[in-house]
Amino acid sequence: MTSAKTSSPPAAEPGLDPLALAGRTWSSRLIVGTGKYESYETMQQALDASGAEVVTVAVRRERLINKEGRSLLEFIDTDRYTILPNTAGCFSAEDAVRVARLGREILEQLNNPGAGWVKVEVLHDKKTLLPDPVGTIEATKELVADGFKVLAYTSDDPASAVKIKEAGATSVMPAGSPIGSGQGVLNRNNILLCLELLKEGDAAYPVIVDAGVGSASDVSVAMEIGADGVLLNTAVAHAKDPVMMAHAMRHACIAGRQSYLAGRIPKRLYATASSPWEGAISYIPGE
Amino acid sequence: MPEIRITVNGEPQEVEQGTTLAALIERLGLAGQPCAAEVNKALVPKRDHPSRELAEGDSVELVTLVGGG
Repeated sequence: MTSAKTSSPPAAEPGLDPLALAGRTWSSRLIVGTGKYESYETMQQALDASGAEVVTVAVRRERLINKEGRSLLEFIDTDRYTILPNTAGCFSAEDAVRVARLGREILEQLNNPGAGWVKVEVLHDKKTLLPDPVGTIEATKELVADGFKVLAYTSDDPASAVKIKEAGATSVMPAGSPIGSGQGVLNRNNILLCLELLKEGDAAYPVIVDAGVGSASDVSVAMEIGADGVLLNTAVAHAKDPVMMAHAMRHACIAGRQSYLAGRIPKRLYATASSPWEGAISYIPGE
Repeated sequence: MPEIRITVNGEPQEVEQGTTLAALIERLGLAGQPCAAEVNKALVPKRDHPSRELAEGDSVELVTLVGGG
């Protein structure tokens, strides 16, 4: 006798389709930063808990004095993670190109596959950290000509997102809200427009929401409106419990992707009952 | 040997004339570590460090990877 009731374990998790990005496929759609952690040990555990395969780093001057401190690279398994160097702190295309080349040089020394790509940031000002779209386009063109795969951080403005794609970017990464602000996806219509315009006739073009995430639900929102991935740092690094938050981000990313693939119901003004009216023994007003 | 004045990561330094980029990196205790170098805003790949002699007024940047988002 068979029964519709079952206590067998659920089937393998569906909807975990890989992310195709920069000529490779990734099983995790979450990219995490390595900045702002209280300790390298916590960072290491948080990276592990996040499930991320790609981690971002910055390029900075060697400290010539007091240099006995430990180095980030002692705490990142470069065989496990693909490193995505950024050009954070650059306010001109010229500087972003220099920093990208320096980052590539180090990753080549480390034999890390991240040597082929860069997260381009050309910022407008230190207070808002909003991107300079003109400088971003210039830097993207120059770096693409130099053989880089460019993942470009930009605002959620759909028009500049398209221009950056046209400049040759491998992925456009609109911000949900300002870097480190924790405001989540402030204008989901703009992200939706970015997705529509960037993927027009090119459905596989990867669009990653980069910056602004404050909590796990922000990641889910970005993923369930159709982003291909999310890049975040501060929301984990500065959480009270970064390792727990990293777990939450991993689940939120998967949940958001599954929700997107599953297809949500339309929003309605009025309620629709989940239990049938037929057979109700109660007095129903108006009937 | 006469000395020349250069800047390294924004700080003035004096080094012997004929010092190569590789020798400077060694002297600063950075040899054997992942480190990228620029002279006058142009990247000098690691394979060229031993042959690149520094000149008066050169501006050298030596960088590494740090935590970032």
